[in-house]
Parts: sequence; C-alpha cells; structure tokens
Amino acid sequence: MEGMIRKYADKLVKVGLCEPDAPLIGFLDADVVWNRPDPLTVELQKVFDSIIINSLLFALPTEPYRTMIRYLSRSGETAIYPKDCETRTFLHDLPIAGSPDAATIVAALKRRKTLIIPEHGIITFGTVSPEQAFIFYSSVCFSVFVKFFSDYLLQLKQGTLTDEFRQAFRDVRRYVPERIHQPPARLAVGPFTQENRVIEAIIEAGAKTVEYELVDSFFGNISYRMGDTIYISQTSSSLDELGGCIDPCPLDGSSCAGVTASSELKAHRETYLQTGAGSIIHGHPKFSVIMSMDCDEPDCEQRGECHRRCPRTRYIDGVPIVPGEVGTGPFGLCNTLPAAMVGHPGVIVYGHGVFAPGKVDFTDAFDTLLGIETGCRDTYFRMVGE
Amino acid sequence: MPEAYVSMWKLRVPVPGASDEGDGVLMHGWCGKILHIDLTTRSVRVEQPPVETLARWIGGKGLAGTYLRPHITRDWSDPLMPLILMTGPLVNTPSPTSGRMCIASRSPLTGTIGDTSVGGTLGTQLKKAGWDGIVISGRSADWCGIVIDDDTCNIVEAPDMKGMTTDRVANHLKTRGSTLCIGPAAENGVRFSCISIDGHYLAGRNGLGLVCAAKNLKYMTITGSGRTSVKDPEELKLAREDIFRLVAASPILFGELGITNYGTGALYDLMDTRHMMPTDNFRKTWFDAAGTMNPYAYKKRYGTSRTGCRGCHILCKKQTGDGRAIPEFETMSHFSALLHNEDLETVIEANRLCNQLGMDTISAAATLACYSEITGEKVTGDRVLDLLNAIGSGSSEGALLKEGSAHYAAAKGQPEASISVKGQELAAYDPRGAYGMALAYATSTRGACHLRAYPIGHEILRKPVATDRFSFSGKARIIKISEDMNAVVDSLTACKFVFLSASLEEYARAYTAVTGEPSSAQDLLAAGERIYYHDRIMNALNGFDAGADDLPMRFFTEPGTGGAGFEVPPLNRAEFLDARAKYYRIRGLDASGLPTRETADRLELEWNG
Ligand SMILES: [Zn+2]
Repeated sequence: MEGMIRKYADKLVKVGLCEPDAPLIGFLDADVVWNRPDPLTVELQKVFDSIIINSLLFALPTEPYRTMIRYLSRSGETAIYPKDCETRTFLHDLPIAGSPDAATIVAALKRRKTLIIPEHGIITFGTVSPEQAFIFYSSVCFSVFVKFFSDYLLQLKQGTLTDEFRQAFRDVRRYVPERIHQPPARLAVGPFTQENRVIEAIIEAGAKTVEYELVDSFFGNISYRMGDTIYISQTSSSLDELGGCIDPCPLDGSSCAGVTASSELKAHRETYLQTGAGSIIHGHPKFSVIMSMDCDEPDCEQRGECHRRCPRTRYIDGVPIVPGEVGTGPFGLCNTLPAAMVGHPGVIVYGHGVFAPGKVDFTDAFDTLLGIETGCRDTYFRMVGE
Repeated sequence: MPEAYVSMWKLRVPVPGASDEGDGVLMHGWCGKILHIDLTTRSVRVEQPPVETLARWIGGKGLAGTYLRPHITRDWSDPLMPLILMTGPLVNTPSPTSGRMCIASRSPLTGTIGDTSVGGTLGTQLKKAGWDGIVISGRSADWCGIVIDDDTCNIVEAPDMKGMTTDRVANHLKTRGSTLCIGPAAENGVRFSCISIDGHYLAGRNGLGLVCAAKNLKYMTITGSGRTSVKDPEELKLAREDIFRLVAASPILFGELGITNYGTGALYDLMDTRHMMPTDNFRKTWFDAAGTMNPYAYKKRYGTSRTGCRGCHILCKKQTGDGRAIPEFETMSHFSALLHNEDLETVIEANRLCNQLGMDTISAAATLACYSEITGEKVTGDRVLDLLNAIGSGSSEGALLKEGSAHYAAAKGQPEASISVKGQELAAYDPRGAYGMALAYATSTRGACHLRAYPIGHEILRKPVATDRFSFSGKARIIKISEDMNAVVDSLTACKFVFLSASLEEYARAYTAVTGEPSSAQDLLAAGERIYYHDRIMNALNGFDAGADDLPMRFFTEPGTGGAGFEVPPLNRAEFLDARAKYYRIRGLDASGLPTRETADRLELEWNG
C-alpha cells in the first residue's frame, strides 16, 4: 500500500490539482503509513482513531480551485451545492468547515465523503483504498469548478453579480489557459480487426482524453465495436490506466462476463445499433458540462428536473443536449442518448458530459470531443463578455 | 384444515407512546413490541423494549444477538435455545430494498452463532402485524404451527403436516399473509436444512431449519394490516431518490448484464473468466463447460422472467416459463462446476429439490462434491437427484451425508476433502482467486460465508473501487470494515446487493428519516462493529478461537487452474497468517482470536468471557 499512496500523491500533482509536496495521504491497515512526514499527521491520526476508515487524503488544491473555494465559502456557508451529475449522484453536497482540527473533520466525515476547509485544503477518505480518497478529491475540484463558472454566468445574466464575485472571477480567469490544446497528432488508424489492436487503441484514446483534461476523476468511458463485440472500458476504471480494464461484450448478450463493464454499456450498445458508429469516447469536459446547464427558461415547468426531463431539445453549435442520469434507470441516459446520436456529431448529456462517436478509429471521436469542449469554452467566455 | 386450535391469544398491547406529543406516535420505524412464544408451556408474552435498546442494536441481526446471548452455550436442540425472527426499522416503509429480516439461533451445522438474512414478504408481514420480532423457545409435544394475525397469536396442532415438502406447505396453508416452514430435510435431521419463506425464499445457511424441527415447529403464517410510522416521509423520499439514482448507475445491479436482468447468475461468466469458479470439489478453478451453463443459456432455454422481494426494485430472482426458479449464482455454480455436471436441467431440478426438501443448496452441492471426491464416483444427472433425496430422507448414503461434508469426510478418514470452515461449506468463489475472500471465509463468525464481508465487491466487481485480488495487502482492515458494514445492513434489514452501489451514507439518511434517531454513515458503522464483536464474544463462549478461523489446507498446497498469461498459485500460508494476525489486532481481539475485555468495554458490550 505504500506504493498506492505514493501513486495517488504523485497523480494529484501530475494532473495539476496539487502543488508538489502538497498531498498528504495516510493508509491504515494494522498501522498507519503516510506518504510523507507532516505535523498535521498528529491531528489526522485522531481522525483515523475516531472513524472506521482506512485511507485519508488531505491537500490544498492549486489555483484556480483555491480562489473558487474562497469565494464559494465566503460568508460562513456550511456547504456548497453544485448541480452537476457527479455531485448529485455520488457526493450529494460539499460540506465546508473552518479549521483542520480532528473534531471538526470527524464530525463532517461521519456523514459525507469530503470536507472543504478553506485556505487549508480538501480532506477525503476511503474505506477500501486510497483511490477512493483520490477520486473524491478530484470530484470536489471538478464540482467546485463547474459550480463557480455556472454561478457566475447565471448571476451575470440575472444582473446580480457582486463586485466580490467579479474580482474572484478575474482572479480565477488568470489561471484558466487560453485555449485547451492544439488537436493531437493522429491516433492509431483503424479499422482494427484484431482484439489486441482494439485494446491498444482504446488504451491510447483513454490516455489522450485524460491528457487533454476532457474528463474528471479520470472516469468517463470508451468503447470500440469490432464485428459483434463491443470492447468497453470497465466500471470505475481510470481512462489513463485502461490496461487490463477492457471488457469484451458480445452484442447479443451471450456472456455476462462484461458485468464489470461501464455503467453506460447500454447507451454505447444502442448507439452502435442505431448509428453505425465504430467507436465512442465519453468524457466530462468542464465547459461542456457548464454550458449544458445554462438554460434561459426560468419559468419552465420542469425547472429543477432538467437532469431527468427537459421538455425542449436544446443545442450548442448544433450539438444536442439531452437529459438523463447515469446508467440504466427509468431516467437513465441510455433512454435519451442513442436517438440523439443519430445525425449529430456528438451529444452533451445535461450536467454530465459529452459522448462523441467515431467511424473506424478514435481520431474523429477525439476531435469531436475536443471540438465540442473548445466550442463550449469559447461560447462561455463570449457570453461573459470577452 | 383439520387442525385444532389449542391455544389462542389476543394480544392487546398499548402501542408505545399512544399518549404522545405532536404526531401521535412516540416510536417510528420500530413497533416497540417483541413477541415471546414458549412452545413447551404454550404461553406467550409481549415485551416492549425501550427505544434506546432498539437504537443501539438497530434490529435484525443486531437485536437478535441480544436474545441469543444468554443462551448461546446451550446445545442447539435444547428447548430453551431460542429461534429468533427479527425485522429492522426500515421494513414496511418506502426505504428501498428493505423488506428483509433476520432469522437467528445457534447453528446446528457449525456450533457458532447462526444467523441468516432472508427476503420474501415475512419481514413486511411481521411489521404490518405490529411486531419487531418474535422469539420462540420451548418444544411442542407434537408438530405444530404458529399463526399470527395482527395482534392475535395461535399455536395450532399440525401432526398431519409432518413430511410435507415446503411447496406443499405453502399451498396447504393458503394464507394471504406470509409463510415460513421447514421441509422433510429438517424433520430428518439434515444439518444444513433451511427455513423456507413464501415457498421461494430461503434462510439457507447454518442449518437453522433444524432448530425449527427441534421445537416441532413445522410452519408459521404471519398476516398483518398495520402501517409502520415514518418520522419524516419527505426526507425519506429524498434518501430513496439518492439510493435509486445510485442503483441505476450500477452496472452490476441495474446494467444490461447485471442482476436485474440475469439474477445473481450474472456473476457466473465473470467467475469463469477470472478462473475462480470452484470445480471438481475445489481441485480446479476453471470449468470447461461454463460457456454452456451460464445465465444466457438459461435465458435462451427457459425464457426467464423476473421476480423478487417485497419492497425491492432490483428483482434479482428469475423464473422459468413454467414457474420453476432459476438458481441463484451459488447454486448455479456448485451444481454445475463443483460436480462437473454439464446439464442445465439437472441444475434446475437439483435446486427445486433442495428447496422442496428444505436444505441449503450450497452445502448440499458441496457435500455431494466431497462425496464424489472420496468415493471417486461421478455425481451428475439423476445421481445428483437420487443423492439429494437420500439426504433429505436420511436414508442409505444420506444417513451420513446429511451431517454435512465435514462430518462425512471425517467419518471416511479424509477430512481434507471437506471444503469447509467451521463445518460450513464454501460458496462459489475460490479463495485462491481473491485473497480478501480467503481471509473473509476464515474470519466469518458463522463458518465459511461469502456474504459477511463480500470482498468480491472490490476484488472482482470493482466496487467501490478495484483492489488487487492476488494480494493480502490492506485486506485485513478492508474485511473488518466490510464485516461491520454488512452487520449493520443485516440489522437495518436491507439487501447487501444494494451496497454494491449505495452506501451507509444514503441509508443513514433513510434510517434517520424513518426512526427520527440521529445517525450518520459512521454511527451506523460503529453499531455494526459492536454487533459483529458481539458475535465473536458469543463464539468464544463456545470455544471458537484462531484454530477455527482457518481454511482447508488444499488452498495452501494446491494451485488453481491458470489461464492465458496468469497463474493461480496456492495461497501463501505465511501471508495468510500474517493477514489474519493483523485482522485480529484491527478487530481488537487477542493473538488467539479471542475477544478482550478492553475492546468489549470500548464497544460497551457486556463481558462475561
Ligand atoms: Zn460520464
């Protein structure tokens, strides 16, 4: 487990969520092991002693997250309530507290997976592995980002922006890079006719999706159709580490071995059947998520239910936005996404992310995903007056 | 019905807090009433435990433990040994997957505490009838039944029902409520006999059917008409939405290839591809015919439909077109791979027969596999059914096999051929393919059990995150935490499957909404720790220590069946013992696996060790 805690500490730095040496991760089996010495471990040891967990992560995020958190917690708020799918499904809300003492941390972590302590850091835990703590940390950063930019746009439109928010936005804006990236060098060229080539191509596309920051917590999912088999990334797999995490699923369901496949297998399968696509990348790029939640219908009868049922078909740059929750429930995106994929370059799922199809390999799917995000990002900054 | 009503009580009890403040009821979630029935004296008594006791033990397994503790050193057949039926506070409320209940006593199979979570409608009917639980003690002079209709309780003579199979009992009784009964297996002393609920749901493990038989109790029917008070229905609705959303997001539960669509059999292909399907009595871990014995094969051949417990939307049970049950994963696997049986119909019929005779399919199949290994006889096709009938009636080979594989193998001088822990047979996950599972089988307080910690969640199904299945690293604490969690789940009483996606965070919200008792995920987990440690204390009183927390030697000396690019080596004994020693430290046991006064005090548990 020493390897695990080092791995996730390094990863937080590598993806830009923490400065070097910021992450403090402890893992407890019979005894606690920390990734580095720190005076805070005395207090965090008490947390380990008080609640039934096996991993703790405490770290101050980098900018712009620090400024966003400072603003969102400005007047003694006790929690942040982002409306994106990630928060809604897994975190519910993001509690905030004032000081990093054991009693405060314990009280918060007894009921939620995360705690934000402004100016000190974000603390998360796991009961199985430090990976949970890492995922929750990264999800908090994502949700805070989405919440901050969404609120700013909304208040700008409503004319309720305060000077404080304007200033915070200016501060944050400095840290958001001008343009995401240039389009990548071409990915492996398809069609792929051998299983090992399919798997290599999926691994490569997954890594690129993470490298270009088109997904949060490294989730999302990727698939490729070869003949009557869909190769799809497994549930809870990081797109930058897909080796050994790809399930072959026969289109006719003749094996359940893919029961570990992504929760969106059904959406992928239906898309293949309805569109003739050959590949699909699903990511959670931030501005696509933010823009999908920007709706100018305050009096809509479904207000508050947008993620489940939206009475209108909305578009950004010709890309439809559909409602739908994760997975295959009655409000699942598997019911809305596949039909919307027909005749469109890609689809944005409300508050959640983008599904981009490709023909015979991942190059076009990747370009579409990146293109949609770039378009949403440009639209956003145009709307806020840049 | 020819039965004579010999005893009948109308049990008018003041509803706790009928006097009240504000909303009309003082107690929410719980009924605040436990029914005690003594079959020897044919008397009943109503107990009204205070809410503090209920909140401390929650219900189900937790509360059952408090009634078991004073008697745990008695023999299971002692009339004073109670048979305990306990529901939880969430039962009969809109809380998702909460229609279950716990049945507990001392296990005739293992001698440990015996408890099993069971679905169907019995828990719901019991709550509707106004009872949190029933504690049955004593022994009826002849076969009898118990009929509960709201606050009326009858003890009914039932000598003519002796020998009736469970399906016939259910038909015979024709109640609009729920039924519990035992089959001929229990009457004939099968150590792994089960208790059947509503004709389809089984309190399968630990041989609790035999405790029923020891009381000459053939059946119970429970019919209720009341409602369970919910403190904050609006808040419960929100908790329910949170849980539904997570279930829908779970591929294993709600996905195309998941349990909702294929039943628990959805795991079958996965165990095959991971090379951890116990085959030929655990001598191999890969079954060459698995591809033709999988849930898809059942679906194609039998056109399956779905059904499930009251109050559940996952509906994990599957049926054939002609109404026969498609076996659960464990049964599907053990009656195929473990016996090397390649015929689907035999699996379905073996399952039907076990259910009708009233015996646990896992132990039954594993006992046949042990027999097959020792005798060298291939046990497939009709031979499977013949031997099951022999066990159920205790005749010919069945006279010895009905004692379970551990007794049988020991009697034959080949104890190593029984693949069991504390006398209970292993389920369909080979421990060489999942090291957390290896540790969990060993530490389980009711003998080999896959459900106490269910490490398959992270080791195979990647939930909540994946762990390295071929490593003991970190597993000691993970197993301890999971045992705590499942102990509280069995106390609430919810379904463990749902915890592959939802967590105690969401269920704490539901629990508080229902009962009004403040709680959090961690508060519930702490209650689970207390409940599980209570098990350890009771087992220690019966002499269970580290010597019993062990696996059959086969797993340390023989490899499993490797696959393309990977080996399945034997477990490393030293690593296993090291992980178990860590587990003891983490659990607050001494080096021999025995409970300590210090931990008991910390958990505020009575100490008489
Ligand atoms: Zn997604």
